Amino acid sequence: MSAHSTAIGVSSKRGVWGGGNEPLKASYGKLMMWFFLLSDIFTFAAFLITYLSIRVSYPAYAGPAKEFVGSNEYWPIPELVFDAIPFVHGVHAPLVFVGLMTFILIASSVTMVLAVEAGHRNDRNDVVKWMLWTLLGGITFLSCQAWEWNHFIHGSEAGAVLNYINGISQNVTETVFGANLLVNEYGPASFANLFFFITGFHGFHVTIGVVLLFMVFYQAAVGVYDRRGHYEMVEKVGLYWHFVDLVWVFVFTLFYLI
Amino acid sequence: MDIQENKSTLNVVPRNDDKIKKIWKTALILLAITTAEFVMAFTMPRGIILYVLFMALTIWKAKYIMMEFMHLGDEVKPMIYSILVPIVFLFWLIIVLIKEGSDIFSLRWF
Repeated sequence: MSAHSTAIGVSSKRGVWGGGNEPLKASYGKLMMWFFLLSDIFTFAAFLITYLSIRVSYPAYAGPAKEFVGSNEYWPIPELVFDAIPFVHGVHAPLVFVGLMTFILIASSVTMVLAVEAGHRNDRNDVVKWMLWTLLGGITFLSCQAWEWNHFIHGSEAGAVLNYINGISQNVTETVFGANLLVNEYGPASFANLFFFITGFHGFHVTIGVVLLFMVFYQAAVGVYDRRGHYEMVEKVGLYWHFVDLVWVFVFTLFYLI
Repeated sequence: MDIQENKSTLNVVPRNDDKIKKIWKTALILLAITTAEFVMAFTMPRGIILYVLFMALTIWKAKYIMMEFMHLGDEVKPMIYSILVPIVFLFWLIIVLIKEGSDIFSLRWF
């Protein structure tokens, strides 16, 4: 509706504060997505800054990397914890798998931006094609993360001998395999807790993202957006998907590199 | 409208190769930075210099994702600032909590 069709018939020359205009030159949906993402930035920042804070409160492992054994006395070196790849047993491949996951997520972000670009051109075939690639990237990433978690929870064959307070407040010394919220073979309990909560919360976002991607893929394919007259939904879901990638970039640096 | 045909009623604009090229260029930059980080993790000694470099490269990547992929750079100025300015407060939180964490370290281990 244009300003001319309002009942009171205000002048179209009214100023910025007169209402009925878009000072930010973006639609309601896009703005709300941006402000939701801003709030999500704070949520993830809380997680990651907590990680930093707890991390610096523990001593780092100082010995030679070859002799590294997990202990709750010091923080582990991430490349020695995340050094496994699927289907190959017992091979030391530090950060290779998580590097692959990062590439997959960045690639799916690229195909998403190509879908958004196709949406600007009302090109349904291109939108459907790129949405399908993005969907595939998202599902692959989630599958990788499922494997990563599985491996992290089950741990190595050797395990680590730890002294810790168990669930019924007893001080025990025993060999620990893998990780749970109480104790883990890699480092202090907070290490596994932060891993589960940060990558878990991110994975939860990816899961929601995959659902949204599928919805957009489907609606684009059956021509909902053609009938609606615009492809803005692709753009809005695109913003969310890029955000998921953005968060992963920080998780990758803070969790796996530093 | 003929449902079975399901044809687009919108005008399809032909591809603008420059735009698509720019997207792939940004993607290449992101991949290059990630690869550089990966190499640095294994070749450089661990320490504050490496961590600062990692953070700088990460923020650089974040800039590309937000400005190019999320098209924040194409929005109007007030919109850009309403998203970026609140994030400034996080830098305060980072400094304060790292200080707090290292104080806990001193109390716990010395």
